[in-house]
Amino acid sequence: MDKSVTQKTIVIKPGRSMKHYWKDLWNYRELFIFLAWRDILVRYKQTIMGVAWAVIRPVLTMVVFTVIFGNIAKLPSGGVPYPILVFVGMLPWQFFSSSISLSSGSLVSNAQLITKVYFPRLIIPTSGVIVGMIDFFVSFFILVGLMVWYHFVPSWLIITLPFFMLLAFVAALGAGLWFCPLNVRYRDFGYVIPFIVQFGLYVSPVGFSSNIIPVKWRLLYSINPMVGVIDGFRWAILGGENGLYLPGFFLSIVLTLIIFISGIWYFRKSESKFADII
Amino acid sequence: MASAIEIEGLEKRYIIEHNLQRGDISFREEIVNAFKRVGEKIFRPFARHRSNQPQNKEEFWALKNISLKISPGERVGIIGRNGAGKTTLLKILSRITEPTGGRVTIKGRVASLLEVGTGFHGDLTGRENIFLNGAILGMSRAEIKKKFDEIVDFAEVEKFLDTPVKRYSSGMYVRLAFAVAAHLEPEILLVDEVLAVGDLGFQKKCLGKMEGVSKSGRTILFVSHQMGHIATLCSRCLFLQQGKLILDGPTQSVISAYLDSLKDAQFASLRDRKDRQGTGQIRVVDTWIEDESGNRVQHVFSGSRIKFVVKFERMTTGKLSNVLFSLGINSSQGVWTTDFATNFINKNVTINSRDGQAECIIPKLSINYGSYTYNVMVRSGNSGFEIFDFVKDVYAFTVEPGDYYGSGYVTRGQNVLAMDHDWGINEE
Repeated sequence: MDKSVTQKTIVIKPGRSMKHYWKDLWNYRELFIFLAWRDILVRYKQTIMGVAWAVIRPVLTMVVFTVIFGNIAKLPSGGVPYPILVFVGMLPWQFFSSSISLSSGSLVSNAQLITKVYFPRLIIPTSGVIVGMIDFFVSFFILVGLMVWYHFVPSWLIITLPFFMLLAFVAALGAGLWFCPLNVRYRDFGYVIPFIVQFGLYVSPVGFSSNIIPVKWRLLYSINPMVGVIDGFRWAILGGENGLYLPGFFLSIVLTLIIFISGIWYFRKSESKFADII
Repeated sequence: MASAIEIEGLEKRYIIEHNLQRGDISFREEIVNAFKRVGEKIFRPFARHRSNQPQNKEEFWALKNISLKISPGERVGIIGRNGAGKTTLLKILSRITEPTGGRVTIKGRVASLLEVGTGFHGDLTGRENIFLNGAILGMSRAEIKKKFDEIVDFAEVEKFLDTPVKRYSSGMYVRLAFAVAAHLEPEILLVDEVLAVGDLGFQKKCLGKMEGVSKSGRTILFVSHQMGHIATLCSRCLFLQQGKLILDGPTQSVISAYLDSLKDAQFASLRDRKDRQGTGQIRVVDTWIEDESGNRVQHVFSGSRIKFVVKFERMTTGKLSNVLFSLGINSSQGVWTTDFATNFINKNVTINSRDGQAECIIPKLSINYGSYTYNVMVRSGNSGFEIFDFVKDVYAFTVEPGDYYGSGYVTRGQNVLAMDHDWGINEE
């Protein structure tokens, strides 16, 4: 431990906790890594069930959506095998939905930590999103397998995928940051989240391509930030056929950023009270 | 020399909302209320805003105007009854909760140990938990790695390092948790009552370790009910009472002032005590000890017949069956001495009227010497064992040696217990 760290001075005053927050967040990066590591470890500890869960859920959903939307409703897929179309949409959606469920409940499930030790609380919901990300990578391997099976070669645009991944991350964390404090304050808020997740699945273009939405409605449709993310994924992996609808895409980005920044603001505002009301 | 900790006019206020359990508000209620307010605005736009909510909020000052300075390397004990604000003070210093007023300046790295094994996860192995817990307590990965073997040695769990801690015995679990905490090396260490668990030998080991830590120039703030521990470890002591700093000075004199205050009947009237748990269906409003002739006493003699009286009131009428009363006796050193409870002797209690008193008769007191306090608990004997009322340290009394054996002999030593016994001599 070097002297510069040990000799730091902390001033505690009402409303003062804000001042060194971002620096603190950096100082506590190891704790962040440990907490994320713990969550992942616990999730995958009973290895068979852990991994199986991350595989079974998306695969079954994919099968159902392919049958309903592709085979029964016969929606267009733009020349791409329907299962792949669905699966590429489901990757970000699954990431988004599991991340917000994990992160919004994370404060309450870590109540014991919050009342006994100090650290920037932002660490906890963020670590929830990281766990969602691991599930995402597991599912990604299924996608690769699916592509091999259908002899489908992704377009070179796939190099832009990290950007859309980041967008999905920001959207999930933004939503999680909003739900976290609400979950602490109102214990029955926990019932709202599964509903949002369920509802979101049907209003987002997971089972179908958003190209089937009439053009005049597409901007309105893009108010759902996940529309931009999912379209982005399809564009990056499946290529030009599923062209991006740019006005809608930018609207999604702007809304995502608004949710994220306001989420941080709201979380920070409620943070100092967590230990007292949790 | 600059202070390690400087506290000026520190205050903390909690708002207690009476009608709501634990301050929970449901989201549904809030939405309904919001619609009601909007509706009212629309239909009666000029009506004065009614503050019609019954005033069920109450302020509670957990800390009031605390000012003090602590120099680097000082070992300071904090004592006081439950609810005096000791833990709140530590929580503010460790930045878990924000103060309502005042200011604290801390120089140096702070680690707080408010609970043993914070963040331990049952499904993770001992090894994993050491790393996790260390990180939570503020150690870096490099630090933990460096001390890993030392921690394992200290905890004596080497064989079980790769076993999930949920399979540990409770003793092993506590030892491991302690061991991690004991190897913290911050400039300032805040410790709350954590030594109360664990077996005696291990407690000693930990105290020794902490003493070693403080010898290397580290500042320690130590909350405990074990006066013995405070006396061993601390040179200076703070006495808090109802959120105020009553006394600040050398440990011995502060401890004896605190013990005196326990003996004083200066307790807040039991009826007004806020630091109680339970639903309040039955409330203990007064309690005392009577001697053989029915006088209320605070000094009793070993071997004498005494009676603990607990006066209670109920909020509701009607028959309330299967009620359990219990008294827990604690010595002033914080040792849990004994319990008296209705269910120990299969006494079935049914209460019909709104108030009454429970009496516990000790035919022959076998405590020989010392200062004691007791806790009262009233709860349901039905499944769930719902607590109606639980208040700690409701009354203090001292025991003096008496004619326990009925032989006229009164012990002169300060031995704690007297026990009936007989002797026989067998000669060849």
